[in-house]
Amino acid sequence: MHADARSDLAAWRAEVPALALPVHGRRLVYLDNAATTLMARPVIDAVAHVATHLPGNVHRGVHALAEAADAAFEGARATIARHLGARADEIVLTSGTTAAINLVAQAWGRANLGPGDAVVVTALEHHANLVPWQAACAERGATLRIAPIDDAGRVDLAGLEALLDARVKLVAVAHLSNVVGTIAPIAAIAARAHAVGARLLVDGAQALPHLAIDVAALGCDFYACSGHKAYGPTGTGVLWGRAEVLAAMPPWQHGGEMVAAVEATRARYREAPARFEAGTPNISGVIGLAAALDHAATRDRAAVAAHEARLHARLRAGLAATPGVRVLGEPEAAVVAFEVAGVHPHDVATIVDQEGVAVRSGLHCAEPLHARLGAAASVRASLAYYNGDDDVDALLAALARVREVFG
Amino acid sequence: MSDALALYQATIVEHDRHPRNHGPLAGADRAATVDNPLCGDVVTIELRLADATIAAAGWTGRGCALARAAGSMLTVALAGLDATAAAARLDALEALVRSTPDAPVPDGLGDLAAFAGVRGFASRRGCVLIAVRAARACLSG
Repeated sequence: MHADARSDLAAWRAEVPALALPVHGRRLVYLDNAATTLMARPVIDAVAHVATHLPGNVHRGVHALAEAADAAFEGARATIARHLGARADEIVLTSGTTAAINLVAQAWGRANLGPGDAVVVTALEHHANLVPWQAACAERGATLRIAPIDDAGRVDLAGLEALLDARVKLVAVAHLSNVVGTIAPIAAIAARAHAVGARLLVDGAQALPHLAIDVAALGCDFYACSGHKAYGPTGTGVLWGRAEVLAAMPPWQHGGEMVAAVEATRARYREAPARFEAGTPNISGVIGLAAALDHAATRDRAAVAAHEARLHARLRAGLAATPGVRVLGEPEAAVVAFEVAGVHPHDVATIVDQEGVAVRSGLHCAEPLHARLGAAASVRASLAYYNGDDDVDALLAALARVREVFG
Repeated sequence: MSDALALYQATIVEHDRHPRNHGPLAGADRAATVDNPLCGDVVTIELRLADATIAAAGWTGRGCALARAAGSMLTVALAGLDATAAAARLDALEALVRSTPDAPVPDGLGDLAAFAGVRGFASRRGCVLIAVRAARACLSG
């Protein structure tokens, strides 16, 4: 690492207070970023600022605090839109990726899925981009088709294309896999989906913190992502939808905020995105998410990408050199899932935790993918911009400790 | 602060590596399976009864070292006990696992006392209890 990169990393880390939390008396080595990320001080300050200075509700009051909250909230929506290459009126604010996908599965599905129709997902999806489609298809009499992946964990484009016909109304795919760390060819999938008249939903939960996202350029119709996986607060998420697609969708949840006029027995709904935002939103969280995206933009994107790519290569090389370790698939970015021969992932995670190293163990909400790759479960290490060589090396050293315990 | 070695005591690692009573139990009268959908672990306990006594116990399944050792050590501990004594042994193990890390370890648990180390690892208690719940379901079935 050259001097500039080292000083960048030190400065980045100094802004993240959670990195100073001691774990079992050791320095925290946080490699569970695909589960949730750690917030930097400006993000925490933005959330606290709302609690202190912007305590009003949005979209309903005419008093000063309500107007200030409303302006800040809608400002945050515009900021989020700008960072995603979108229009503000195409940004639906949700509680997370799961809610965003359920919104599409339920609301879009109600208007667009019927008996004989089909939805296509891939074999590598997180349960949040699988189970909502199972449920929607079951309710609507539609069929769920599973596009194959190859042994590297990449979407098999020809296999996917073979499933596409006029009955397919929607294709749903993860942008960056939360287990195998592969990046789906979104533009190619979009072209194939659109060729049969299907919509494309992209699960961007893992991609948002690591890839430059320009939803208009990607070619999809929906993009779903979470704040807390992109250095923002929990309980925040985004559904981006093409304006004309959102405009043709019925509401999902019903209540206050989303109505234009209400009579005793019927209601008229507002336009998107308000139509999809019933109830009081997570105001401080959304403002914190906008702050997280603004703060990420202060880091040189090319430098961060190079830093993360180098760490990922170091992690992969280190694991490849560790006896008894099998990496699942061929990870391309941010995430590496692996097995340790003869030792259950939970036992691996418990032992490395004693060394201060936080990794995820289990199925990572991707049970069918583990079955496809022949793994009962796995250990997952996932990177963030604030990780360094020392974190990767600490994990590799901790894996040696696993061997000491289990022989 | 907890230590991995306090959790993975030699008895537990030895039962994980060389499990006793592992495999289908011939002539089993009772069987129950419990799984943990969060991690994919699953343990089946089988019992063969003679009069009111557990003549033999076996287990199958997949899981972490704690789940496997619990299946192995429980089937050893339950063999020869009547239903009342077996239920009491299961209750005693669950009470141990759910107690605070500094609580005294009760007498009479035998090798099962090795699971005292799990008390410092709240997220791992369930790993031991999969086999306990399966055995209890066998007794009540």
